This record gives sequence, C-alpha cells and structure tokens, in this order.
Amino acid sequence: MREQLNNIKLEAEKRLNQAGSLAELESIRLQYLGKKGELTAVLRGMGQLTPEERPQIGQLANEVRSFIEKILEAKTKSLQEKERLSRLEKEAIDVTIPGKRRFIGKKHPLSIVMDEIKEVFIGLGYEIAEGPEVELDYYNFEALNIPPGHPARDSQDTFFINDDFLLRSQTSPVQIRVMEKKKPPIKIICPGRVYRSDAVDATHSPIFYQVEGLVVDRGVTMGDLIGTLQLFARSLFGEDTRIRLRPHHFQFTEPSAEVDVSCWSCGGKGCRMCKDEGWIEILGAGMVHPNVLRICGIDPKEYSGFAFGLGVERTAMGKFNIDDMRLLYENDMRFLRQF
Amino acid sequence: MKLPLKWLKDYTDIDVSPKEYAHALTMSGSKVEGWEVQGSEIDKVVVGRILSVEKHPDADRLLVCQVDAGTGPIQIVTGATNIKEGDLVPIALDGSSLPGGKKIKKGKLRGIESAGMMCSIFELGLTKDDYPDADEDGIFILEGEPAPGTDIKEYLGMNDTVVEFEITTNRPDCLSIIGLARESAATFGTSFSIPAVTVKELGGPVEGKATVEIKAPDLCARYAARVVENVRIAPSPRWMQERLRASGIRPINNIVDITNYVMLEYGQPMHAFDLENLKGHSIIVRRAEAGEIMRTLDGQDRKLDESMLVIADAERPVAVAGVMGGENSEITPETKTILFESANFDGISVRLTAKKLGMRTESSSRFEKGLDPENVVNALNRAAQLVEELGAGTVCKGVMDCYPKKAERKTFPFDPDSINSLLGTDIGTDKMLDIFRRLEIAIDEEAGTVTPPTFRRDLECEADLAEEVARFYDYNNIKPTLLEGRAATIGGKTAKQKVMDLIAQTMLSCGLSETYTYSFTSPKVFDMINLPQDSPLRKPIVISNPLGEDYSIMRTTTIPDMMKVLATNYNRRVEEAKLFEMSYVYLPKSLPLTEQPEERPVLTIGMYGDVDFYDLSGVIAELMEALGIGDYELEPVKDDPTFHPGRTARLTIRGANCGILGEIHPNVAENFEAAQRNYVALIDIDPLIRNSSMVPEYKPLPKFPAVTRDIAVLVDDGIPVRKIEKVITDRAGRIFEDVKLFDVYKGKQVPEGKKSVAYSITFRASDRTLTDEEVSKVMEKITKALMNELGAQLRM
Repeated sequence: MREQLNNIKLEAEKRLNQAGSLAELESIRLQYLGKKGELTAVLRGMGQLTPEERPQIGQLANEVRSFIEKILEAKTKSLQEKERLSRLEKEAIDVTIPGKRRFIGKKHPLSIVMDEIKEVFIGLGYEIAEGPEVELDYYNFEALNIPPGHPARDSQDTFFINDDFLLRSQTSPVQIRVMEKKKPPIKIICPGRVYRSDAVDATHSPIFYQVEGLVVDRGVTMGDLIGTLQLFARSLFGEDTRIRLRPHHFQFTEPSAEVDVSCWSCGGKGCRMCKDEGWIEILGAGMVHPNVLRICGIDPKEYSGFAFGLGVERTAMGKFNIDDMRLLYENDMRFLRQF
Repeated sequence: MKLPLKWLKDYTDIDVSPKEYAHALTMSGSKVEGWEVQGSEIDKVVVGRILSVEKHPDADRLLVCQVDAGTGPIQIVTGATNIKEGDLVPIALDGSSLPGGKKIKKGKLRGIESAGMMCSIFELGLTKDDYPDADEDGIFILEGEPAPGTDIKEYLGMNDTVVEFEITTNRPDCLSIIGLARESAATFGTSFSIPAVTVKELGGPVEGKATVEIKAPDLCARYAARVVENVRIAPSPRWMQERLRASGIRPINNIVDITNYVMLEYGQPMHAFDLENLKGHSIIVRRAEAGEIMRTLDGQDRKLDESMLVIADAERPVAVAGVMGGENSEITPETKTILFESANFDGISVRLTAKKLGMRTESSSRFEKGLDPENVVNALNRAAQLVEELGAGTVCKGVMDCYPKKAERKTFPFDPDSINSLLGTDIGTDKMLDIFRRLEIAIDEEAGTVTPPTFRRDLECEADLAEEVARFYDYNNIKPTLLEGRAATIGGKTAKQKVMDLIAQTMLSCGLSETYTYSFTSPKVFDMINLPQDSPLRKPIVISNPLGEDYSIMRTTTIPDMMKVLATNYNRRVEEAKLFEMSYVYLPKSLPLTEQPEERPVLTIGMYGDVDFYDLSGVIAELMEALGIGDYELEPVKDDPTFHPGRTARLTIRGANCGILGEIHPNVAENFEAAQRNYVALIDIDPLIRNSSMVPEYKPLPKFPAVTRDIAVLVDDGIPVRKIEKVITDRAGRIFEDVKLFDVYKGKQVPEGKKSVAYSITFRASDRTLTDEEVSKVMEKITKALMNELGAQLRM
C-alpha cells in the first residue's frame, strides 16, 4: 500500500507537471483526489490494514494528498495566469487609431489676446471698465480735450448717428465716464469695440478692438507709465521684450508717446515683420492731460495719471502671424479651429 | 512733410548720416517716415550730345546716332522720334543702372552695334510733374548747356537726400524747413539762425496801388500784401525747381514757384493775384454770400455759403481764403502786376470750408492746424526778396498790413520740481532752461515763468513744458518704476464679468467656437429673416455716414449675422460648424436718437452639419447647469416666422422670456444660401446674469438605497414630454428623486397619431429604505394622473 501511495504521488506529480490546461488539471484532480479517485480508493482499503500500519499509512496518504493539492494549486495559478495573458494578448487593439474626441470649441484670437491682457492687469490690481459703443460726442471728443472744429477730429474718421451721438472712435470715453464717477485711486483697463470709417481690407476694419488703461492717483509719474508698459510688453510678448517710447501727440495726454516693442519675430535684429526696423509700434500712451482731469472734476494740482491704449487686432495678427485682418471677422471654421 | 537735407543746411549745420539723423529726430518727436537718396538707383548715366542721326539700314523705325558722351563719340541705336542733331540727352552707358534695378549693356539692334541707351523721364524715375514740358513718349531733351559727360544726377540736381516726416497736428510750425531746422538744431545741439531778409523795394510806394480790408476779423487775424510791378513770368531757376521737386511740388513759373517755395520754407501759405484782374484793385476779406459761385484754379465751379471766408475784390470772390485761389485772378504768362497775399486765417473755418468743398490743399492743411500771425510779414518779405533775386519784377515800397489784434504770447509758471515729479526724473534746472532756450521759449527766472514763441501755440501749460523737457532728455532715459505704493487697488472682475466669462467658457466646453461679427449691417436683413413688418426690431439706429448700405444700421438682432457666418462656412464646403458669439444688439429708446440706446448683451449660437435641435437644447441645458439656473423651461413656439414652426422653443426663466432657439425656417435658410438645416439660438444675457448662482449649494450624499421603476405610456403625439414629466414629478411626492426619459417611439405597434414614451423614475427617502408597497402606491398615483390628465394608456 505504501508503494501504491508512492506511485500515486510520483504519477500525479508527473501528470500535473505535464498538464497544459485548467480542464486537464481538473480531470487529474478528479482522477486522484475525487470521490472515485485513486487516493480515495486507497484510503477506502485502509480497513484491511493492521492497527499498527493504519496511522502510518493514513499519515502517508494525507501527505500524498496535500502534496498533490499543493502542486495542483500552484499549477492552477500558473495556468490561470497564462490563460489571462493569452486572453489579454488577443484583446490587443491598435492604439494609434484616433481617439474619440469631444472637440472643445476654440476661443477667438481676439478674445485670447484680450484675456491675456486682462489677466496681466488684473494681476496688477486693475479693474475692467466698460462703456457704451453708441456714445455722446461729448465723451468721445469734447471731454478728451478735442473741442468742435479741432483737426484731431479728422484723424479719426468717425461714424455719426446725429449731432449728439456717434459710434465711439476710441475706448477713451470709458475713461472719462469712470473718472466722472470715481475718486482716485483709479486703476482700470477698458477693452472694447470701436468704430472708424475705414474701408475693409487686409489691414483695416471699420470695427476693431482697443484696450485702454488708466491710472490716476497722487504722485503718478511718467516713470510709472514706462515701468507698467515694460511689464505689460514682457508678459504679452516674452521676457526678453524691450520697449521704446517716441514723443508723439494726443490731445488727451501730455507728454504723449508712441510705444514700440522689440520685434517678436526677430528680437530686434530686423526682419520682414518689423520692416527691418527691429521695432513694432503697438501702443499710444501718455500722462493724462490736466484739462482732461479738470473736466472730470479731478484737481490736476493734486492728482496725476497715465493712460495707454493698443489695438487688439494688430497685436493678435502679430502674435499669431495672421496676414489678413478680414479673417478675424469672417469666422471660417477652418480659421477659428486653429487657435 | 519732405525735407531735402541740402535745404536744411541753409539754417543749421548738421553732418550725420541720414540714418542717424532720422533716428535722432524721431526720438525727439519729429517722426521720420523714411528717406530717399535721390538717384541712388541711377549709375553711369551721363549727358550726351547727339552728333548725327541716320536711318538704320535694316529697320524703318530705328535710328542710328553718333553721340558725344564726354569720352569721344559712341554709337547708339534708338527707336525714339523726337531727337535731332545737337540735342542734349541722358545716355545710359554700357554697364549702367536705372531705377527699378534695370541694367543697361551694350549690344546689337538689328545687326548694328549700340553702346548704350537714351533715356526718357520715366526711365530716370521722374514724372511729368517734375518736368511738365518733357515729351511723354520720347527721349528727355535736356535744357541748358550741360557739358557732355556730366553725371545726369548732378545736372538734374538729383543728388540730395530727402527725409519724409510725419508731423503731428499740434506742430504746424514743423510743416516748414525753418521749423524742422529749429528742431534739428535743438536735437543735435547745433546753432540755428534764419538769414536776414532784406528787400530793396525799387518800385514806387504801394499806397494807392491797392487796398486791403478785413471785414471778418474773427476769421482773419492778419492780412498782409505786397505789390510787384513789371512782372516777367518765366521759369524759375534750376536750384529753386530742384528744391520744389525734391519736396514733391511741381514747378510752374517763377511767381507761383516763389509762393510755394516760401510756403515750404516758412510754413506760411501764400497766394499771388493778378492785380489787374482785381476789380477796384481791392482786397476784401469777408464771408461769402449765400449762392456765390467761384471757379477755383482747378477749373471747378464752387458753390459758396455764408460759413466760408473768401478773399474778394470790389465785386466778387477771387479766392477761397486759405484753400485755393480763383481762376478769375490767376497768374498768366501775360501778368504784369501782382499782389502777394500772406495772411492768417482761422484754422477751424479753413478746415470746415475745405471739408465742405471737398478740396484739401497744401495750404488748407497748414491753416487748419492754426498758424502764427507773426510769421505773415516775414514770409511776405522773403517772397519779395526772392522776386528781386530772380529778377521776376519790381517790388513796390511798403507792406499793406492789416493786423487788427496782435497775437498775444501766453506766459505761465514754470516749476522744475513739478516737471520732475510728473516725469519721475531728476533733471537739473539748467538742463531744462537750455532746452527752452533752444526752442526760443523766453524765460523769466525771477518770476518763475516762461513765454513760448508765437509759433508754438501748442505750449499752453506746464505739462506741455514737461513734454519739451522729456523729449530732448529722451523718454527712454526716464527710469521705469511700478507705482511703488501709489494707486494701490485690489482690482479684478465684477460678478457680471465673471458670469460672462463662464458663459463663454461653457460654450467652448460644448464644442462651440467663438465668432466676432460686425455690429452694423444692412436694413435688408430684416426681410431675409422674415421679420414681421410691424416688429419693433425694424426700427434700428441709422448711421448718417455709413460705408455703404450694407453697413448702415446698428443691428437689432444677431440672427442674420450668425446665418451669414453659417452660410459662408457652408458655401466653402465646411462639413460642420458649431459657433457662438457674445455681443450686443442696439435698441433705440426713441428715434431720432435723443438718449443713449440700450446696448443689450446677447448670446448667439449657430450650428449645422451632424446636429439637430437636441444638440442645441443640450447646449442650453449645460449652460443652465453651469450658471446654476434650475428654474427654466423650453416651450414650443409655432409662430416665429424666422424659425421652423415645429422645431422651435422659447427659453423662459421663472416665467420670463429670455430667448429663442430652434431650427431656422427653410425659407430663411434659402435667403442666406445656407445649409438645409441650421440651428440657431438667440439668448439675452442679462436675465442669465440675474438668475445665476455661481456658488453651488451642497446636498449630503444619500445614505439609503434608491428604488427605480420604469413606466411606458402611449400618448397623443402632440403632447410635449416636458408635460408628461411635470405630471410625474407633481405626483411623485416627497420620495421623488429623478425622472429620466429613455425612449420615445413612433411606428410599428403604435397607432397613428400616438407615441410611446418610456421613463425610468427614481425614488428615495433620506431617512429609511423604501418599501415596495410605498413605491407601488406612488406609481399607481402617477399612472392614474397620466391617464386622467393626458389620456395616456399604460403600455405593458
């Protein structure tokens, strides 16, 4: 009997090691350990043994059983693992097939630029001010130190509704409306739509966007204006950007300046973008004219301020290398999806 | 304003490269647009004398010429017909270059050697304006007696550098050579002086020869005149012609050229009248009479009115003051006696007159900026001096000078400290005073005041002085600072601006791309969207000077603009478009406009392609969720002619109408040549802002399980599912949690005119597990209500 058990042990071990599938393992299990299995048959024959032999054989039989069970378990695990592996292999997909996209909408390039500008100035403590587009002549011109008959009115080909109302030709009237209502310190930017009677072409649009800024408080200097614009230019066009101010004339600022930034395309060496000048004009700026402060009820002896403004279209066109302003208002999906 | 650098040197000695000059002047405030080195493209072109002209043996239209080009005779073949022996012509020699990068090489023409080319004015880059007498189609026959071999550039005076300035409106004094020379000298620190002008006045006294009277002193501050007799009209000398040409002005004759020359040099427009043609030999400066007509020098009849200032003689207008002279008194080759006008007219009046007459001239564009009355006689004397220098006539003794009220110079305080504190600088007083002196600003150091010269009417207050100081100090030398401690504010967006941002963000998340369209449009769009004739939207704000009818009204609806964008994409074969725009419509409160109109913010959505109504209403649902607006409804709209009568809804929030969404009516789609099916929404933004709750309220997560029951009913096709849902939610009581529509079916097994609608309803209590009976009871209630209220049949 002992020999029989040893045979079962050796045979089962051999068969188990050769088994290649879970089904085979199961049939091996049944063959040896099942109710009608060989080991069970041996145990049934224990009755014929002597009382001395019985515990010894019983112990051996248990050893054989647990030996077989152990191998069976290990083998089952490894076969299960193998089968899972082969299933996973079969489940392989082509991961380069394009994913299921949601196609999130795209922000318009003008919004992208305006949002960037807003972010910079909000970070510096500015508020965003808004005002009407159908504006009174008073706010668009007179309060900005441009009285009736002044030649500066001609330089902004204005759309008129009637003698009193017009389509604002600049966002500066918003500054006046804010200064009328609010006491310094004032720190605002006014992004908005403005209108000038220019025929539509690659570089002109009768409707375009400006962002203007205004700061009024005690002791505000031209140095503060320059520092602010320098910071702004760096945020918008990159850390290495330099600015250059040239004296200019605006009715509502004194001193006034036009502001160039070093060309974002060539960094100032000169290229097609900057017409070999190394500089691109993007801003107008200056110290708020004392007459303007006075008109708004702010004492120019006590307060001073600076203002600046830029055209959003030209900035966006420069930033994104857009060569035709018409694209911005045509809204071709193939254009819009690029931003 | 063009400045020939040689002319500049009459006043100040600056010797730097054009590039350095342009940079320095730009940085001190006179912006240089560019500069041109005259004739820089012309090389190896010389004066040649034609020695002989013979016919080409093998070509009827060609001539073979022997030419002395300074280095012995050369042979040139030409097709020109206007040349003859003895003519002096420009010769482009072998290896020469001409404007436009043209290179000339010797070669053979029909077998005959040609050593170069004879040039026309065009080939030298000149125009008829430069040489009105030159033959347009032929070779440029040179006047005078230049030696053969002379460089053509030298002979034609094309060896100057001309710098072009963009002068700002506040500096009319810089629209002159003298003004620019003064600025240049101040920029480079060189000395500046205007050579003394002396007039010999060899003629008799001016008294009795003419009279001058100003009848409108409000529009004419000063009028000065001189009379010149024994006038000999002739071409002006070459040096004068060259300077005029370099400045972009066409030479005409000595007298006209002198007026233009002085205008350029002194910035004072002038005019010359034929005195014999001035009735009564009188000059009267007055307003025009209504209906007066005068033919200006350009041959056009101009209708004048009382707002315009004219120069008249005893009977009629002879010039529109400061704008243009009249044909009736113009200088002709026969003119013997002239009256030179040098006057100061009101800028606004000249500007408005020029605008009304549609004729902006060199003269009017100077006057409109406001000129210096003190300059009037200086310029007049300079003209008289030139008349004498050119031998163009005899200048009479004396100046007729009507100057009713002398221009006042404004004196105001000057405080170096306040200038420094405005600029944020620490510039010494001496440095400031030096700048002022160079600009001829008088200083009273004791009184602490300054008095700018009369030609600087732009200097009115201390801020103006600050700019003068800053621009010569160089703006870029001011130390950048960042408002240290000043104007400390928190800033940020308002709640309204944040909601607007959130709306845009939600649209982007829903896959809609952002558009920008014009806010003015054509009145035709109302018909295109089938807008009812009595709609108030048909009464827009009208632009009085639009770019054309297509841009003539401020939009009262954005649907046409969205349709145009959809159609543009569709016609460009873009398969699908999903778009939105945040913009305004402009709604007048009264017409004509007497108060500020309402500028109402609107959200416009548009889409076509693989989309249907539910894509559109789904976007609205996302928007409402993002804004925290639960209390909204979509109600069917059947009677909006812009939209499909069966696929359109009104959006209401708490019962208030907030917009419309739906499929565009096929007729409207056709009007725009758009896709067959377009889905558009127009939503008012203000109610969205009012009803939004940006901070969501947290509800605890459930602790007890939910029970879900499905129900399917047959109802009339016309019943909106929202109505069924309402019945369900109304009857579900306190244990109701959610209802989900999962099927709407029409067709097989559903009778005609009916639909099958299936819902899954979820119940839950917050404090216990629901029992089956509890839920069944509620379900029974719901079923009954559906049957009673909507005539529904339960489907098994």
